[in-house]
Amino acid sequence: MSPTSASLAQSDQDRTVVLNMGPQHPSTHGVLRLVLEIDGETIVRLRPEIGYLHTGIEKTCEAKFYQQVVPLTDRIDYLCPLTNNLAYCLAVEKLLGLEIPPKAQWMRVLMNELTRINSHLVWLGTHAMDLGAFTVLLYCFREREDVLRLFEMVSGQRMMTSYFRIGGLALEPPLGFFEHVKKFADSFTSKVDEYEGLLTGNPIFLMRTKGVARLSAEDAVALGACGPTLRGSGVDIDLRRDVPYTGYENFKFKVPVQTEGDVFARYICRVQELRESIGIVQQALAGMPEGPVKADAPKVVLPDREKMKTQMEALIYHFKIITEGFTVPAGEVYQGVESPRGEMGYYVVSDGTAKPYRVHMRGPSYANLQTVAKMCEGCLIADVVAAVGSIDIVLGDIDR
Amino acid sequence: MPLAPPITDIELLKSHPALARLLSSIGAAVQNAKFDRDELTIWIDKSSIREACAILRDDADCPFNYLADLTCVDWYPSEPRFEVVYHLLSIPKKERVRLKARLDGSSPAIESVTSVWPSANHYEREVFDLFGVRFTGHPNLKRIMMPDDWEGHPLRKDYPVEGYR
Repeated sequence: MSPTSASLAQSDQDRTVVLNMGPQHPSTHGVLRLVLEIDGETIVRLRPEIGYLHTGIEKTCEAKFYQQVVPLTDRIDYLCPLTNNLAYCLAVEKLLGLEIPPKAQWMRVLMNELTRINSHLVWLGTHAMDLGAFTVLLYCFREREDVLRLFEMVSGQRMMTSYFRIGGLALEPPLGFFEHVKKFADSFTSKVDEYEGLLTGNPIFLMRTKGVARLSAEDAVALGACGPTLRGSGVDIDLRRDVPYTGYENFKFKVPVQTEGDVFARYICRVQELRESIGIVQQALAGMPEGPVKADAPKVVLPDREKMKTQMEALIYHFKIITEGFTVPAGEVYQGVESPRGEMGYYVVSDGTAKPYRVHMRGPSYANLQTVAKMCEGCLIADVVAAVGSIDIVLGDIDR
Repeated sequence: MPLAPPITDIELLKSHPALARLLSSIGAAVQNAKFDRDELTIWIDKSSIREACAILRDDADCPFNYLADLTCVDWYPSEPRFEVVYHLLSIPKKERVRLKARLDGSSPAIESVTSVWPSANHYEREVFDLFGVRFTGHPNLKRIMMPDDWEGHPLRKDYPVEGYR
């Protein structure tokens, strides 16, 4: 026996192979790199490598006026820009002690739930495609297009909407907007039935998801999972219900919780959330109050165009806000909101000037990513695709 | 709605479960407390931060079992320069509390809380990467956002927004 073959035969410690998955890989949903240590087809260890999309948004925020940060927040979690806007605006409004008129609050709830539907549709389409069901993607993007058209109606933008501003909304919703939302809401439940018809009973989908990438409730809490990933493991928490913000206490909805903690449980949680979200949209449409959409705070909120043309003070305030910003009393605030992916928190520190001293975003994807390593231990390589898809990460939210 | 002035008197804040628990077990380590804008902040001596976190996590009445966020604020040029900020959430009681520990600017280091919450792993790496605060006892303290050979810590206040040229 030659020395080489002898060492090969004894080399027990060389049984594992290190394999790179990503950063350019279609099922990592962005530029995520997973370093897999595999024994044959089985995962021994998994390590996520991130930072490929790091843009230093937190540093940029410190150099901007408070109102200039709003468009930056769109770009963090780019599948739910309005949720980012909301979390940031709520945090600054809390620092300022600003009261938001009811119509703006209800519009925020309405738009936020449409955003959730938008985000969940992208997730459902891509997740199903990762597992081999291509049709679902086409169906989901068909309905997503309707949601994006609604965003375009109110804000002029399909994705980077920046529709929520500090003190309320950017604009009044246009004429006919609520009729369009109603039309969408009325038809959407049957569309969710269509998706479920394609997936929920599909034996291939079930085999790829049931019992795969399990996460126990204890591990989920310890590893900081949030949103449907946490609820899929049987932990019942939803910030919209438990720590209500922007008027969510006025809405009735169920929080779907599953106890299995596998990929299928997370799928069921999200699909049921789609149904609950459309219920919230319908409640918001039915009870939409009348009134202004901006707070009565001339030093913070930009005046209406019409007022600027007729009133001297409005013009002065406009000029002041644009050129000098507005000062925010010193203090600090952490505002958590329930984004489609889980708890999205904005920690804003003010030193009393017109620029935030520190803005920190607690991204739900960043938290959920840490659970992947635990989920995938002992799984097959193909299950990594299912696991990564099931936690619904957005790399913009992870790397910031 | 005008802002209510912050309450900084520890005696008035004792009713909050987190502060009551900390005062009864490691009262000497509690430096300060503030209730501002409906949020409670407790300053803990940096040498007791891991202990404080473990006590709050295992509290029987109101377990703060979830680390929602961990970050840092740089108060350059004042000293102590850094404040490491822990946002805890109690999933059963839906209560929040913010812990803070002050660190000197010369060689900032604090004990890691990864043994209390494994989820602190990535957050502490991020603070290490962007602020240069070391966490002793961390299992894998490496840069996470910036490349491994990057110089400087971008979120420090003395680091230019455009980066070093």
